[in-house]
Order: sequence, then structure tokens, then C-alpha cells
Amino acid sequence: MAELVVSMAKRRLGGLAYAAAFTPPLLDPEVEEPGLIAGPNGKAAKKRYNVYRNNVTVSLINALADTFPATQRIVGEEFFRAMARIHVRQSPPASPLLFEYGRGFADFIEGFEHARALPYLADVARMERVWLDAYHAADAAPLKPDALASIPPERLGQATFAAHPAARVVRSRFPAVTIFALNRQDGPVGRLETAEPEDGLVTRPQLEVFVRRLPPGGAVFLESLMAGKPLGKAVAVALEDDERFDPAANIAGMLEAGAFTAVAVSEGGRR
Amino acid sequence: MSTKTLIGAAYLASAVTAALATGAAAAPLSEAEVKAAMDAGMEKCYGVALAGQNDCAAGPGTTCQGTSTVDYQGNAWKFVAGGTCETMELPGDRMGSPEALDRDIPS
Repeated sequence: MAELVVSMAKRRLGGLAYAAAFTPPLLDPEVEEPGLIAGPNGKAAKKRYNVYRNNVTVSLINALADTFPATQRIVGEEFFRAMARIHVRQSPPASPLLFEYGRGFADFIEGFEHARALPYLADVARMERVWLDAYHAADAAPLKPDALASIPPERLGQATFAAHPAARVVRSRFPAVTIFALNRQDGPVGRLETAEPEDGLVTRPQLEVFVRRLPPGGAVFLESLMAGKPLGKAVAVALEDDERFDPAANIAGMLEAGAFTAVAVSEGGRR
Repeated sequence: MSTKTLIGAAYLASAVTAALATGAAAAPLSEAEVKAAMDAGMEKCYGVALAGQNDCAAGPGTTCQGTSTVDYQGNAWKFVAGGTCETMELPGDRMGSPEALDRDIPS
């Protein structure tokens, strides 16, 4: 890899000041390379600086491609990389940890004019970002059904739940869970059998991340519980959201998925 | 915030009882069992877990980050979708159609 020969300027500038001058043109090819760098014998170092421009841009585009494989598969590699390049230049990472990068990518896609014909794309990207968050979330043992069984029936309405660190709800007006799943498996992607909206629940009860489709009212139910609302309230809110909401199926589902770690009944709660 | 629907204790208790009686809910499913459920298809609402596969499971910045390739240029690039959006035909509307992508390109 070509080394930049740094002129006397580096010794005059402190490390931070040097970085502040060196960095901005990295992500903007329209900005001239910093004057504080020079090649041998004081020659211009534009080509050498461009090596850094290339590496920074490509590594960030690669980071997005690694985090959003289904999104890339849907639009194809060329489209994805061109789209990602625009995002990388507009929104460079705030953290040096690359697996944290891309939290704003779904919102960017939603407003990206060339992706307007694929309105579901942003939701698929949202699910992929959440998938990686779940992957890196803290380990925790999921709630055991016995814990729920031990609560006196008359107090179930006041039971509150602690969300699992990896559990996330992603809502979509499109069949985003199905499209996500189709494009994250190796096989061919065929005709979709659904155009129904799909809400997803992402969990990682042990080592593997799982994405489930939520039944009607399920997203509202889980979001209420995750926000600390008591069970009775969450069931009521879910029934208002969708009259097809089935409390038994949803409670069984959340236990199976490992969406929560603990249940508690507050003393002296309102009846 | 008031809630119109009032949930009775008996209603809730029977729902929880039914939930706990559901199949193997007494113990978390093993990875293998979840996989089997997944392979069985997507008919059973909520009971089906989909494991999103990822070649680079831990994401970027971890072990499988590739090395850079030359990709610096590309300001003047035409947006043409070349992925699975062309193969996905969604019933009812044309969300899977890539054709409209050309339409939005500013002249």
C-alpha cells in the first residue's frame, strides 16, 4: 500500500488538527485533497490521497453490503453499491465499530428517489439492521413458562415483563418478513404468495437470531409489554388495534420466541 | 390514556392457561426443533421461525470483512435493479416490477 509522504506540515500540526484537515475530503471527491500532504520532492499527492479515498469509501460500502445482504440481493449489487455510496458520503459512521454502522440506511432508502418503485425495500433494510442488533445484543436466558404459571390468576392483569436485550418488533405495511426471509436464504426467489402487511419479531434466545411473523395485533401487544405496560393493558390495547387478536396464541408465541426475560407483579397494583 | 376495552381476570387467566398448554411451550424449542418448524413452511402464524442467514454472520468490522477493491469512481451511474425484485411478482400490484426504476431517473 502506498505510503503518503507527509511534509513538514505534520510536525507543525498536532495529531488532531492533522486529522481534521486530512479527513473531510476523504468522502467527498469534489473537495480538493488537503494541501498538507505532498509526494516526494514536494510534488502533488492527489493519486496517493485517492488511495485513501477509495479504501474508506469501499470499506464502508462493504460494511453496508455485509449488514444488508437481502437488500443488496433485491436490487442487485450494482444498484446497491451505487446507493450505498451516496449514503456513505452523506452519513459517515459516528462510531469506529463498523457493525454499528447503517442505522440510518433504511430511512435513507425510504427517501431515495430511485428506490421509490420498491416501497418495501426500506422495511427489509430495517429488519436487517435489527437482525444484526439482535445478533450483537447481550445474552440473556428467556423467560420460562413456569414463571408465568406461578402468578395467581387474579393478578395476571398486573403482570409486567422485562424485554429480552435482543428482542425487537419491526412493523411493515408490506410483506417485509417474507421478502426478508426469501432473500436471506440461498435458494431461488420465486413468486410471493402474499401482499399482506407483515410485522416481525426478531429474537435471539440462544445463539441464533430468529425472525417471526407476528399475528394480528401482535406487534401492538409486544410493543406495549416491552414498554412496561401490564399484561391486562397490553391485551386491551391489542384487541383495540385488531379484533382478531388472540391472547393465548400471542402469549404462547412470545414465550416460544424468547421475547422476554422476566415477569413481575407489582405489589399493591390497581385492581 | 383510557382504554375502552376492559380485560377481566377470568378472561386473562384462561388465555394464559391456554398459552401454557400449547404444545411444547413448557420448554423453549431447541435450535433443531425451531429449524424443523421453519422448514415446515410459513402457514402457521407465529409458530414459524425464520432464521435470516448471513454469509458474514457477525457483520462488518468483525472477522470476515473483505479487503478493498477499486470502486472509487461511479458518480455517473445508472440505477437499474438487477436483483431478485425482478423475479418477485407480488399479487395484486406490481411491487416486484423493476421497470419503474428507470422512470425516476432525473434527466
